[in-house]
Order: sequence, then C-alpha cells, then structure tokens
Amino acid sequence: MKKLIAAICLLASGTAYASGALIHLDTWPEARGKQLSALQNGARTFANYCLGCHGANLMRWNRLTAIGLDERQIRDFLIFGNQKVGDTMSTAMRPADAKLWFGKVPPDLSVITRARTSFEYKGTDYLYTLLRGYYRDAASPTGWNNVVYPSIAMPHILWERQGPREATIEKVHQDLGGKGLVREVSVYDAAGNVAVTRTPVQGPAAEGTVYSFRPADAALARQFDGEVADLVAYLTFMTDPSAATRVRIGVWVLLFLGLFTVVAWWLNREYWKDVK
Amino acid sequence: MPLHKTEYKGVLGWIDQRMPSVMAEYKKHLSEYYAPKNFNFWYFFGSLAIVVLVIQIATGIFLTMHYKADARHAFESVEYIMRDVPGGWFIRYMHSTGASFFFIVVYLHMFRALLYGSYRTPREIVWIFGCLIFLALMGEAFFGYLLPWGQMSYWGAQVIVNLFSAIPLIGPDLSLLIRGDYVVSDATLNRFFAFHVIAIPLVLVGLVAAHILALHDVGSNNPDGVEIKETLDPRTGKPLDGIPFHPYYTVHDIMGLGVFLIIFFSVLFFFPEMGGYFLEWNNFIAADPLQTPPHIAPVWYFTPYYSILRATTEEFMVVLAAGLAAYVLLLFFTLRNRLAKYAALLVGAAAVVLMIGGPFKLDPKFWGVVLMGVSVLIFVALPWLDQSPARSMRYRPGWHFWLLMAFVVVFLVLGYFGTQPPSPVNERASQAGTLAYFGFFLLMPWWSRMGEFKPAPKRVTFAAH
Repeated sequence: MKKLIAAICLLASGTAYASGALIHLDTWPEARGKQLSALQNGARTFANYCLGCHGANLMRWNRLTAIGLDERQIRDFLIFGNQKVGDTMSTAMRPADAKLWFGKVPPDLSVITRARTSFEYKGTDYLYTLLRGYYRDAASPTGWNNVVYPSIAMPHILWERQGPREATIEKVHQDLGGKGLVREVSVYDAAGNVAVTRTPVQGPAAEGTVYSFRPADAALARQFDGEVADLVAYLTFMTDPSAATRVRIGVWVLLFLGLFTVVAWWLNREYWKDVK
Repeated sequence: MPLHKTEYKGVLGWIDQRMPSVMAEYKKHLSEYYAPKNFNFWYFFGSLAIVVLVIQIATGIFLTMHYKADARHAFESVEYIMRDVPGGWFIRYMHSTGASFFFIVVYLHMFRALLYGSYRTPREIVWIFGCLIFLALMGEAFFGYLLPWGQMSYWGAQVIVNLFSAIPLIGPDLSLLIRGDYVVSDATLNRFFAFHVIAIPLVLVGLVAAHILALHDVGSNNPDGVEIKETLDPRTGKPLDGIPFHPYYTVHDIMGLGVFLIIFFSVLFFFPEMGGYFLEWNNFIAADPLQTPPHIAPVWYFTPYYSILRATTEEFMVVLAAGLAAYVLLLFFTLRNRLAKYAALLVGAAAVVLMIGGPFKLDPKFWGVVLMGVSVLIFVALPWLDQSPARSMRYRPGWHFWLLMAFVVVFLVLGYFGTQPPSPVNERASQAGTLAYFGFFLLMPWWSRMGEFKPAPKRVTFAAH
C-alpha cells in the first residue's frame, strides 16, 4: 500500500513537471512590461474579454492610474456597469453559474503571473504561450483545446482576434503495446476535425510533444501575438502593482547605503588606526 | 535614602543619582566590555542577527495592524497590505526577506562557532542558549509561514503537523491538539498567529538576552581561540588583547551593517521572491483544502532537515540500524565508564529492535521524525563531541578544516534536494547526505583528536590597521 502511494506521488509530480518541461514555451517579450501603451492596451483587453468570467478581486480600478490612465478614462473606457473607481475588479459571473457552464470557477487573476511561475518556467512565458496555444477540437465540450493545457475548461475567448488556424501536434511516446517509441501526428483543421497518423520511430528520438500552427490570416495572427504580449504585460503589472515604484526607490536606497557604508568604513578606520 | 554619588553632570547625573544601574550596565556591556581585538569577518553575524530580529519585530508590528488572522480573509489581507496599505509592500517584503536573512545570518554565525570552537569551555552555556534561539527561530518561522494562507503555507503546515502523529501512543492526539481541528483550518491559523506574534517572540527575546548575558560573563572567543582574560595589563587589570566594545566594535559593526543592508535591500527591492526561494510561487495561490499541490517543499532554510526526513525510508532503516549497531559497538569498546558502556549497549540494542525488529519495529516515518529532530538538536552536544586539543581551526590539522567544509557541502546538498520533488537520485543523495551529516557529529570525539596540531599562541595575532 505504502509503495503504491509513493508510486502515485512520484507519478503525480512527474506528470506535473512533464507539462512544463516537455512542451516548449515561447518567450514573452519582456520589454512590453515597461511600455505604458502596451500596459494600457493589455488593460483594455483584460476589461473587455477576461473580466467577463475572471475577477481580479485584489486589484482596485484606480490602481490603473499607475499605468498612465486618469480616473475619468478608467470610468468611461474600462468599467462596465455601476462599479466605482475605488472598487476592486470583480466579475459579474456568479460562481454557481461558472460551475455549471465550465465545470469549475475561473481562477482570480490578480496574482496569476506569479502563481503560475515555477522553478522550471516563468508564469509570463506560460500565459503568453497558453493564450496563443488554442486550436479547434470537435471532440472537446467547448470545441476548443490547448497545446499547453490539454482539455482546458476555458474556451478560446479571443479567437476572433486571432482568426482560424490549423494545428499540427506531434507526440513521440511509448507505444501502449510496449513495442518502442511511436510518433503520433494529429492534424486539426480549422473546424476541429482531426486526422491522426501513427508511425513507429526509427532510430533514436526523445519523448515529447511539438506543435505548430498554420493561421488562415498570418498578419492577423501576428497582430494577435502582440495583443497577448500586452495582456501578459498587464497581468504582470497587476500581480505586483508596486514593482515599478519599488525598483525606482531601490536605486536611491542603494546609492544612499553605498555612501553610508563609505562613511562607516572611514569612521571605523579613524577609530582603529591607533589600536596597536 | 540618600542620592547615589555620581561622577556625571546634567541629566545623566540626575538619572545616575536615582538609577545607577543604567550607567553600570552600559559600562558592563558596552563601554567596558573588553572584546578581543582580532575579530574578523565572521564576527559580524552576531550583531547582524540582532539587527534582523529588530527588523522582524518592527515590521511585524505594522503587519499585525493590517493582517486578518481569519481563514476567509488571511490571503486577501496580505495582498491588501501589498496593494492598498501605503508602503505596505515595503513592510511585507522587508518581513519576508528578513525571515530568510535571519536564517542566513544565524547559519553563518553558527559556522563561525564551528570554525573557531566558540562552544568550547567555558562557553557551553552561551552555546546552549544559542541552540535554543535556533530552535525558537525555527518555530517562529514555521508558525509565521502559515499566516499568508497560500497553498504552500497550508500544505506545508499540514505535512509538518502530521509528523507529530508519527509519535507512538500520543501522536494522533498531539497533532490534533496542535491543529485544534482534524485538518489545518481557521482554528490552526488563529493559534499559529498567537504563537507567531507573541508567544515565540517573547521566548526569543528572552533567550537572546540570556545568550548575551552568558557571553558577557565569560567573554568572547576569537579566531585564535585565545583566552584574552589570561593576559591582563598589570597596571589596569584589563585584558591586553581586548578592546572596549564601544566605540571600537560599534563602529566596526556599523560598517558591517552597511554592507549587509546593501545586500539585504538589493534582494528586497529587485528580487523579493529570490527566484521562488524566499517567497514560493505556489504561495501566491490561496489555500485550498481540496487541492493538494503536486510538490510540497518547505522554505529553503528547513530543507536540509526535510531531506533527512524524506531519506528515512523503509529500506534505509536497515542501513541506519546497521550504522547505529556499529556505533554502539564502537562506544562499548572505547567508553571507560562501565555504567555508560552498558547503558549505551542497552539503549542501542533497544533502538535497533524498534528500528528493524519485525513485530516490535516502529514506522519509518517515526524514525524520520526522530532523525530530523536529532539533526537539529545534535548541535547542542558539540561542546562535548569536540575533543580537539586546539580550540580554533587555525591550530588544528588542515584536514579538519576540509572536513568541516565537506560538512557544509553536505548541508547544502541536503538543502538542495529538499527543495526538489522526490526522485530515485534525490532519495539516494539524501540518504548518503544523512549518513555523512550524522557521521560528522557522532564520530567527532574520535576524529577531532587525530592529526598534527599546531601550538596555539598565548596572545592573539593582530596586525594594526
């Protein structure tokens, strides 16, 4: 029994890591996090799309003044309904409805980029890849699936902005019959119909999954990459809204401490110079 | 009663006439406390530990003003401090960074003691109080870690409190008593809050006072391991190699403080999570009693002991029992006292039976808890385990130093594997590390006597600045 539990624990931790280690995550363009226009654009996408289901209950609307918006802009362009600028960004969707519609309550997004970070990958890269990793899958309840998070409960809410795509997912894994490695290529067309081909692997190969997409409108998909990058920039801002202030103050604190230490070093030398 | 006769003027004189102990204590502990003048880098960490303690208490007071010790609000209230309380992020990051730095500073302070034999006669009581401070600090850190009520807080507490249930007979009831509930819950959070903000801090401050009083009775050790009180100035009766703590070491420590604060604030302002080691990523997810995280790891400063706990598997018990049996035989043939000889044999035999003796054996989980506890408490025994003729590493054989460094490496390796998810490599490495860890301490009475010792000097080595 104990061995069984140990084996399950090992397996559970193994698969959790596999989802991180075996799928390649794209790198979120970090420079966006410092551009006010990107952060504002991300805030708009967040308010227009994400906030329909996800709350950000730890974040107040008026904190958006830190990314260059004034309270009138926040009220006029971002807040739907009767919320005040001092309120937190809560969603209108009721948890009971969410459970019924999606099977689970969508997580609060206030600290999501931090919460999704691990020793293996950054939460920003994870979200940047996740939000761009959707493909049509007729077999799933919502009609959508995701390469980063297979069988994800969330549908591709931003699909219109990305346009239809064809997905090719290539998995190399142990054959169930135990006859060595198998390469399984699934091609999903834009309507979510899949064509699967399985071939035994010749020669050495590593287990893992690679994927590629063929968008119907490449320019639109490229533009969408930028929008998601901005959204992730905004989510990162929301995770720790004081981060920019912190770094700015930090530089001055260190300059002061450098000076302090020099004076302390000099004082110490003066006191100790007569000690024989 | 007449006024005390004073040598001071003004306000100080007025106070001294009425409360002479102010200046008497000031002299005893600062201006006329003679410390060896050859302190080096390693002697900064005692005063730095006090600084960090003060940081933790001061920031803790402000956090308590805004924190809600309520399972429904705790997670939110921490983020409320980070976002809505003016300067709250600074106070919170200072407290979370301070927690890790407390352990860094204390570990370096303890390393200094191992390097220069600071626990040796007559400083055993100083050392024992130090070990008790370390224990209290671990308790303080453990209780405090539940308060943000994140996933790691919750499940870490669950794992650690469950350890107590491994104790035979009283275990299950004991862990129930600690939790105040059948699972970690609001009741647990409230009692941990009480322990974290008042019970343990009181104990901690008292122990620190005792540690310093005990130190000032016997005087500080130094990198040469020389007793400065043995060479007094015949004219003044003061140690020739000593120097008043104030102002000489106060200015010295302020310089050290400057360097320390540069490092401390670099972390606080630029890397407050320290790559997931100071603030664990999973702890940004609110505690969910229905969802166990795939990998539960304590914060880095507990991981060496956590590795020792995890290393103690069913199959490792045989190795441990064999090791214990060999050690008991070694004791039996080397101890001179007949009573001690047979007591060791008896206790050892009983332990071996309880470890692997078929129907009499106790769960390996229990032995894991025992080993984890012993790995912390074994530091208390150092003054008696260390039988080296020379106190300071400077006058001990070179390989003693390298053995100590090997121990440090083992400690770090155990710490690293404690942060990682379980794997076969992890298990074997932790087991090898566990054997090395205990081997270092338990064989010390023998190895610390071996090798070529250099003659220790009568006076400290000191080059004028």
